[in-house]
Amino acid sequence: MEVLSLLADGMLLSLQPLNLAMILIGVTVGLFIGAMPGLGSVNGVAILLPVTFLVPPGSAIIFLAAIYYGAMYGGAVSSVTLGIPGASTAVATTFDGRPLARQGRASLALVTAALASFVGGTVANVLFTLFAPVLASAALSFGPPEVFALMLLAFATFVGLGGDDIPKTIFSICFGLVLGAIGFDQISGAPRLVLFDYNGFLQGIGFLVLAIGVYGIGEMLWTIEQSRGEIESTTPKMTIKGITADTKEAAKRGWRGTMIGSFLGFFVGVLPAAGATPGSLMSYGVTKMLSRNPEEFGKGSPDGVAAPEAANNSASTGSMLPMLTLGIPGSPTTAILLGGMVIWGLVPGPRLFVDEQEFVWGLIGSFYISNAAALLINLAFIPLFIWMLRMPFTILAPMIFVLSIAGGYAATRDMFDIWLMVVFGLGAFFLRKFDYPLAPAVLAIVLGPIAEPTLRQSLLLSSGDPSIFFTRPVAGPITVVALILIFLPALKVLRRRVGRKSKKPA
Amino acid sequence: MKLTKRIFMGAVGAALLATTPMQALADGWKPRKPIDFVIMAGPGGGADQIARFVQSVAEKKDLTNRPLVPNNKGGGSGAEALIHVSNANDPDHTILVTLNSFFTTPLRQSNLGIDVQKFTPVAMMGVDPFVLWVHKDSGITTIDEYVETVREMGGEYVMGGTGAGQEDSIVIAYMSEAYGLDIKYIPYDGGGAVAKDLAGQQIMASVNNPAEAKGFYAAGDFVPLLAFSDERMPAYPDVPTIKEQGHDFSYYNQRAVVGAPGMSDEAAAYYQDVFTQIYESDEWQGYLESESLSPLWMNADEQRDYWALQVENHKKLLAALGE
Repeated sequence: MEVLSLLADGMLLSLQPLNLAMILIGVTVGLFIGAMPGLGSVNGVAILLPVTFLVPPGSAIIFLAAIYYGAMYGGAVSSVTLGIPGASTAVATTFDGRPLARQGRASLALVTAALASFVGGTVANVLFTLFAPVLASAALSFGPPEVFALMLLAFATFVGLGGDDIPKTIFSICFGLVLGAIGFDQISGAPRLVLFDYNGFLQGIGFLVLAIGVYGIGEMLWTIEQSRGEIESTTPKMTIKGITADTKEAAKRGWRGTMIGSFLGFFVGVLPAAGATPGSLMSYGVTKMLSRNPEEFGKGSPDGVAAPEAANNSASTGSMLPMLTLGIPGSPTTAILLGGMVIWGLVPGPRLFVDEQEFVWGLIGSFYISNAAALLINLAFIPLFIWMLRMPFTILAPMIFVLSIAGGYAATRDMFDIWLMVVFGLGAFFLRKFDYPLAPAVLAIVLGPIAEPTLRQSLLLSSGDPSIFFTRPVAGPITVVALILIFLPALKVLRRRVGRKSKKPA
Repeated sequence: MKLTKRIFMGAVGAALLATTPMQALADGWKPRKPIDFVIMAGPGGGADQIARFVQSVAEKKDLTNRPLVPNNKGGGSGAEALIHVSNANDPDHTILVTLNSFFTTPLRQSNLGIDVQKFTPVAMMGVDPFVLWVHKDSGITTIDEYVETVREMGGEYVMGGTGAGQEDSIVIAYMSEAYGLDIKYIPYDGGGAVAKDLAGQQIMASVNNPAEAKGFYAAGDFVPLLAFSDERMPAYPDVPTIKEQGHDFSYYNQRAVVGAPGMSDEAAAYYQDVFTQIYESDEWQGYLESESLSPLWMNADEQRDYWALQVENHKKLLAALGE
């Protein structure tokens, strides 16, 4: 097994004192950057890129990969403890992580997130090790029609996400799609939906701005209203026994989400158009759809925490693949890594695996080591994160508000986005009062800007003939499955009505 | 007292001295916070690669006391970036990596109200040529075979590019006109995405910068057919230029850095100095050579003249395109 011996060499390389130190520092720094709302792996890697010029290229990319991993673990922390998504990749983690924390089960949520992240990272590493070149060429076979079919599938899984009220879910999706369409049209280049002629709308609505508004500010308003000032005082305790019990429970109630997230996340991450955020959202939707207890989702299901966390880790590894093998970054973070590689004199692309074997396998080896280090360091810090929750809500609420504002500003450094975020927070609060599901809107604003151009590119390819989505070998089956999923709930409703009618005469 | 020109100038000079902080005079202007390094294109394309390379050189050589923070704003053929930089509330800390959409987008979307001459010249880092690429599985190896194939397909030949009115679409439009070709054009959000979809044979050909296609060329996947440079490129000596084919045409993408409108002269001088150092670095000179860019160094006044010339040229090109 040539691959295994190369991998063993790579792991040995990353266990050298300098490289191991880089991994430990990188993971710890990444964990805290990821845990800060608004700051994610992109910021971590961008800020620390200069540091890497002090060490050899091999150690440098190992350091950046370690930050990347650490940030992916860290994103879950503020999603669970504060209800503010720590990074765009951890938005789906708030769906169930926050409810768990409010039930006093924050430690279960954090342990589940850590374990799922570890499994996701490991599955992705193994897939990467064994199938990198094959997967790279598979990613190439995804043209515009295939990507659109995949997006359709993602929407289909989310129709079931908003509970039974399908019209409200569809409204929520459409609302997200409209928000996602604001800005410049990729195909014609013309600005559209520039509301009230504010230039701020030209750059489109940042996903993180919406997510922090909805989940940070909206959630806080909701909590204040629900509790009328008397906040439930959960005093989560952390003991070794507690952690062991949580680990067992996480394994039992989160394995399904972990497995789905690990594989689906990796696959979505490999596609250059997508990345870790769509990967984690899609995994959440699919896990809910396949779950035996879909009604638990959104109320504190360990599966609902495990799926997005496993997926965002495995998608991060996956998105390295097109970057290394094709020279095309699958995510903003890998775009920065790509810049680093060029200055170190490495040419990413199809030749990299042949010309720079030591570098490539050193990097892959470091993925395994970083992942293990991230798990241990994360588990060690869980008591600290839990401690934050013991603060009285009167202190926590203003803190969440401040962190939300800082997080919204950090993403784009534009005051306009902060006002927008407050508006979204208020809007989310009222929509929630009227029982509108918000997750589908969040999904739509992520996937809409991917789905729309690919739909139009596909139709340009086929001169306007929609059969292109059915006749291509990869797109066809995906489209059919997506359509079935979309119409399944409608069929159920119809059958119920028909059933009721036929009973009446009897 | 008669106000002579000399006295007037002296008074202006004294006033300037009085209002300029002594600190700035002593050490020159320096950034006080991270610099918003705006890129007029999405991640992965030629402009983005160059921006990130330049940023890495600045970091490596420690040329700026505050970091350059790359900020991709590729929307609307660069209009998003132009508006962002035009409205920058801190023009001294906002610079822009440009390509030719710096000229074409304000021409095509006059309602944006962008006047390129209001921007501040910083550095012309080089110009990037264009090459016509096909996938090796197409079996096409020469421009003649290409022309023949496209004609046979009768309007079903698919090429990808970065959008209507963008650099590659101008080149493709000229080529179609010159050879009498009917091409179906699919817009993407960046040169990187175009190259990827050519590698996956979702499209049949592309006009990419060498930097975007180099990896696939090295692996043998891409075949270069025609160069749109003035001379043959050293890295692709066997590829004929369109001029050799009897069409008087060449087209380059500018790789320039400009400052936000309203940038102070001190800040402009600071950035001009930083980018001169980057331009002269071994790293950048090596990059120019390995990525087949042509050097085209200009001072600030020459850059303004070049902008005016390019605006005129693009007016004609876009008019010929029917835009």
